Amino acid sequence: MGSSTAPRPDRKKKSRHVYNLVGILALLVMAFPVYWLVVSALRPNHEIRSYDQTLWPSSVSFDNFKRAIDAPNFGSAIQSSLIICVTAVVGAMVLSTIAAFAIGRFHFTGRKAFMITLLVIQLLPPTAMLIPIYIQLNGLGALNEYWGVIVIYLVSALPFATWMIRGFVINIPKELEESAMVDGCSRMGAFWRVIFPLLAPGLAAASIFSLINAWNEYLLAYVVLQDNDKYTLNVWLMNFTTSRGVDYGALMAASTLIALPVVVFFMLVQKKMASGLTSGAVKG
Amino acid sequence: MSAAEMKAPAPPVPVPPQPAHRDTPPSPARTAPRKRVGAYLPYALIAPTVVAIAAVFVWPLIKTVIMSFQDVGRRELWTGQAAEWVGFEQFTNILGDGEFWDVVWRTVLFMVACVVTTMGVGLLLAQAMQRMSTWIRLALTAALVAAWAMPLLVATSIFRWFADSDYGVVNMVLTKYLGLDFRGHNWWLDPKQGFLIIAAVVIWGAIPFVTITLYAALTQVPRELEEAAALDGAGALGVFRYVTWPVIKPVFQMVATLSVIWDFNVFGQVFLMRGNEPEPEYSLLGIYSFEKAFESNSFSQGAAISLITVLLLSGVAVYYLRQLLKIGEVE
Repeated sequence: MGSSTAPRPDRKKKSRHVYNLVGILALLVMAFPVYWLVVSALRPNHEIRSYDQTLWPSSVSFDNFKRAIDAPNFGSAIQSSLIICVTAVVGAMVLSTIAAFAIGRFHFTGRKAFMITLLVIQLLPPTAMLIPIYIQLNGLGALNEYWGVIVIYLVSALPFATWMIRGFVINIPKELEESAMVDGCSRMGAFWRVIFPLLAPGLAAASIFSLINAWNEYLLAYVVLQDNDKYTLNVWLMNFTTSRGVDYGALMAASTLIALPVVVFFMLVQKKMASGLTSGAVKG
Repeated sequence: MSAAEMKAPAPPVPVPPQPAHRDTPPSPARTAPRKRVGAYLPYALIAPTVVAIAAVFVWPLIKTVIMSFQDVGRRELWTGQAAEWVGFEQFTNILGDGEFWDVVWRTVLFMVACVVTTMGVGLLLAQAMQRMSTWIRLALTAALVAAWAMPLLVATSIFRWFADSDYGVVNMVLTKYLGLDFRGHNWWLDPKQGFLIIAAVVIWGAIPFVTITLYAALTQVPRELEEAAALDGAGALGVFRYVTWPVIKPVFQMVATLSVIWDFNVFGQVFLMRGNEPEPEYSLLGIYSFEKAFESNSFSQGAAISLITVLLLSGVAVYYLRQLLKIGEVE
């Protein structure tokens, strides 16, 4: 770039300090609750029930983690969460990939209507749908069954996943798949060998997004699942909150265990997710 | 090419050269049979999704409408006994109830406050992120992502603890560092203060999505244009107004609309902060409908309130759709 584009280096430098300050302030505010979560999980219990909270723990202790893990139904809650979330996400990815391929590749009558439906569904408030969904599940005998929750999570993930994967489909040049077919691939073969590998990053991002949503959902699970040993992790977390008070130490330790994998996954895919979000938005 | 031409007997008529078009397949002869098979392919591909969505969203929505004209309580739910039709009674009851309107106004106010703060802070942060040192930006991004990924239930428990009257950090900081006497102060007695805590967790949780998405949109703004405008004498505001804003506008509107919908439906934060039994002063529309349905055992009342919520939001939804379709037409 020419020297003319940076006319006032000193002024630019000064304003950079201001932006850095804004950045550090925002960093402190955004990170503090996360910091508090991890630090409290490691804090000795007497400090948690203290009238004089300190920002640093005096010593590190794993008692809270032990109490959390020893709490009844921890194992079964992990199992429930895994069964429900993995099944729902795998199902959602299969359905949304083929649907995304259809709207990303073909121009057919009703395509626009379908896309509008996907968008409208995302606008329906989930809490507003809770009551009819509950009644529907009750009618089907799905209350207190995993599959009731799985079906709802699966379908809830569909609109967004389809929309997001579509953004990746339209970025793959049509010629790639056409030349594969000229070379003797069937349409299915072309899809599996050419398109699918290129879609993989989009699929990864969409599946992590759906997985996180399912992993974090608790209201439906709370209402539908009734047996203690069927609770998902989020419903199980409520065990630490009783009418007599909250066991913050164990709650924070358990929360750390649940949130940690999510945060790590999220860190890995957030860039792809942001690009998936904006490509869906900008390319309509 | 018209249908008549397609059917015309093969020979001598010279086919006029077709204008080259990207989407036109190279040879009609090769693609013709494929097209016939392919005509149903997209429908087959979207069929499972259409069926699934219809079963889980569309049918319950229709069911909501039906239920809101009936009187479904516990008995009808468990015995499957036919519910009585009551016409508009549920709606007239709800709309005639002063408490319902209190809840509506509270919800609208809360939503507006949260959305305005979130969008304002998010836009400022996204702009600042473009101009701060790389390492601070990376650290901030990590913090935003960590906050974004925090399960709602976990975030809510942390903020609940922050505001705890005896063991909370908020009271400690206000008392110890700012010299105010907040020892043992109960934030929940006055709903105005209580909603500050709820708004804090909602806004804290929403800022990452807004900031990261807007930051991604800002990277699409051509740097040269901004610099050229600045050279031509435009102030910071002018550059933003005439160069930056037009580029990020569609993304901003989409994010703002989504925020309106999410913040209008805040449920978990209130429900969990108030120990699964929010006091009436803490009712937002979602909570109100839930309590009518599951605690007062009137599923029809709950359904009617849900339906009114959907109708209230549909204005925003239509706006959002029109924006997206406008963008879609460019494709």
